[in-house]
Amino acid sequence: MGGQGQELIRVEGLTSAFGQETVLEDISFNVMHGEVFVILGGSGSGKSTLLKHMIGLLKPQKGRVLINGEDIVAASGESRQRILRKFGVMYQSGALFGSMTLLENVRLPLEEFTQLPAEAMDLIALMKLKLVGLAPFAHHLPAETSGGMQKRAGIARAMVLDPEILFLDEPSAGLDPGTSADLDELILKLAQTLKITFVIVSHELASIFKVADRAVMLDKRSKTIIAEGRPAELRAASTHPLVRQFFNREPSRT
Amino acid sequence: MSALATVQGAHYTFVRRPPETLALMLSGRLDADSLGSLWSSLFRQIDSEGPAHLVVDAAQVDYCDGSGIGLVLELARHQKSMGRSFKIEGLREEYLNLLKLYTVSEVAGTVRASLKPTNTFEEIGRSTLVLWRGTRGVLSFVGELCATLARIILNPRLLRWQDTLVVVEKAGVNSFPIIALVGFLIGLIMSFQSAIAMRMFGAEIFVANFIGISLFRELGPLMTAIILAGRSGAAFAAEIGTMKVNEEIDALNTMGIDPVRFLAVTRVIASVVVTPLLAIFASLFGLIGGAIVYSSLGFPLITFVRQIQFATTYVDLMGGLVKAAAFGLIIAGLGCRHGLMTKSGASAVGDSTTQAVVNILILIVVADGVFSVLYYNLGI
Repeated sequence: MGGQGQELIRVEGLTSAFGQETVLEDISFNVMHGEVFVILGGSGSGKSTLLKHMIGLLKPQKGRVLINGEDIVAASGESRQRILRKFGVMYQSGALFGSMTLLENVRLPLEEFTQLPAEAMDLIALMKLKLVGLAPFAHHLPAETSGGMQKRAGIARAMVLDPEILFLDEPSAGLDPGTSADLDELILKLAQTLKITFVIVSHELASIFKVADRAVMLDKRSKTIIAEGRPAELRAASTHPLVRQFFNREPSRT
Repeated sequence: MSALATVQGAHYTFVRRPPETLALMLSGRLDADSLGSLWSSLFRQIDSEGPAHLVVDAAQVDYCDGSGIGLVLELARHQKSMGRSFKIEGLREEYLNLLKLYTVSEVAGTVRASLKPTNTFEEIGRSTLVLWRGTRGVLSFVGELCATLARIILNPRLLRWQDTLVVVEKAGVNSFPIIALVGFLIGLIMSFQSAIAMRMFGAEIFVANFIGISLFRELGPLMTAIILAGRSGAAFAAEIGTMKVNEEIDALNTMGIDPVRFLAVTRVIASVVVTPLLAIFASLFGLIGGAIVYSSLGFPLITFVRQIQFATTYVDLMGGLVKAAAFGLIIAGLGCRHGLMTKSGASAVGDSTTQAVVNILILIVVADGVFSVLYYNLGI
C-alpha cells in the first residue's frame, strides 16, 4: 500500500466509443492515494462509462488505465486478478445476487478469497452490514428490501475485503437525505481511518461538497474533461459556463 | 507459557501473566488474508487455556482493517460469553476509531431464521397448496386468454399485428432449419429401423406406408412441438419473466394496458399459426429422409410416392395439423403464463422458464394421448 499523496490511479489519453459514437475523447487525470475523488457531469456525459473503463469492464479504443502502475486494460490472468483484489465496486443498482440473502451476498468475496472459518466470515459480513445500517435485514433477500437498502448492501459487499480503492457509482441517488448524509459520514470515516481511496460518480451537490477532495467534470458535447480541482474552488472560480450552470443548478438550455 | 504462530504477515504470541491473566501479543498485518488460517487456531488455544483475564497487546500491529477489528470484537464477545474479562491495549488511534465504528452489540449471535426445519406433513401440505394455486392460476389465465381472444375476434384492431408477425418470424421462420434437420434425420432413422424388421417378412415395400402414416399422424406434430417447447416456449417464459422482474408488466398494468392482450395473445396466435406449418415441413423432410433409405433398398422413387398416396389420406394430414395447432396453443399459453407468474430476482426467471418447459412437455404428451383416444373413437 502506498503512502498518502502518491499517485494510485492514472488515466492516460482514454478514448471510448460504442460503434461509431465516441463517448469520451482523450481523457487524462490521476487519483492520489487516500483521496476522495469525484467524477461529475450531467446525464449522458459518460461518467459511468469512464468508471467502467477504470475497473476494466470496458476496453478503451485508445489510452490506458494504470492502477498502482499496472495497466488494467492490458492485464490478464493472475495479474488482472491481483489488480481486481485492490478495489471494490458498488454498482448503481446494488447488483446483488437475487438468490442470496444480504449476508450471503456480503460474505461471498470472503468465501472466494480467504481461508477464514465460517463464523468469522459471518461476523465480518455482519459488521459491514451493521456499518451501513442493515444488520437487522441480514437474512432478507434483496427482493424483500428497498432500492436504497440494496444500494447500501452493495457498498457493504464492495468493502468487505477492505480494498485500497472503492468505486461507487452514484451512491446517494435514490437515498433519503438522512441516509445519504450517513453515507457521506461513512465515506469520510473510511477514508480517514483506513486510508481507502474513493472514486465516486455523482451529481449530488451536497454530497460532493461534503466528501470530495478533488473532482473532474465531464461534458456530453465536447466528450472531454471541462474542469478539474476542488469542488469549492470550481464553484467559486470556474469561468466555464457549463461548470457554473452545474454548480449553481441553473436550467440546461441544450 | 509462550507460543508463536506466523501466518502471511500476521503474528501472535501468548504470554501467561500471573495470577490468571493471558496476554495475547498481536503483531504485523491483520486483514482478511492473514487472519484466514490464524483465526481458528487462536481461538482453540484460548479455549484450552480458558484465561479469566485476556489482555490483547496490539502495540506491534502495523495494519488492521475491518477483518482485524472483527477478530478483536469476537475475542471480546467470546470472553464475555464465558463470564471472563477482556482488555485491549496499545491499538493505534486510527484503529481505535475503526473499533468504535464497529460496535459489538448487534453484531454477534444472530441466527438465520429461514433455516427452520420442516417435517414431511408440512412438505406435503405445502406442495399440495402450490399445485392447487398453480392449477387455479392456469384456469384463470385460460379464461382471461379466451375472453381476450373473443374480444379480438369481434374487433381485430385490438390485436398488435406487427408484434404477432415478429413472433411468427422468431418462433416460426427461424425454427425452420432445426425442424427440417431433425425431421430429415428422424425419417432416415425410422426407415432404417423399420426396414430391418420388415425384411424378415419380405415386406420392405411397406416401409413407405409406415413412414407416411407415422409422420403425418404422430411424429411430425409431436417432434415439432417438442422442439418449439424448448426453443420458443422457454423464450416466451424468459422474456416475459424478465419483463416482470423489471416491473415492465406493472408499467403495462398502470397504463391500463392488459398484459395478456399485449404480450400473450400475440404469441399464442403466432404459435398456433406456425406450429402446423412447421409440422408440415417436419413431415416433408422426414419423407425425404425416408425416400433416400427407400431408394437404397432398391425401390424406385415412384414406388415410394405411390405407396404414400395409397397409405395416407387428407384426414391423416388434417388430424395431425389440428393436433399441431393444439400443441402450439399449449406452448405459447403455458410459456406466457409462467412468464407472467414470475416472482422477483434473476433466479425466478430461471425457475419459471424451467417450470414452463417441463409443464409444456407434460401437457403435450397428455394432449397427444387425448387426441389418440378421440381419433380412435371418431374412426379417424
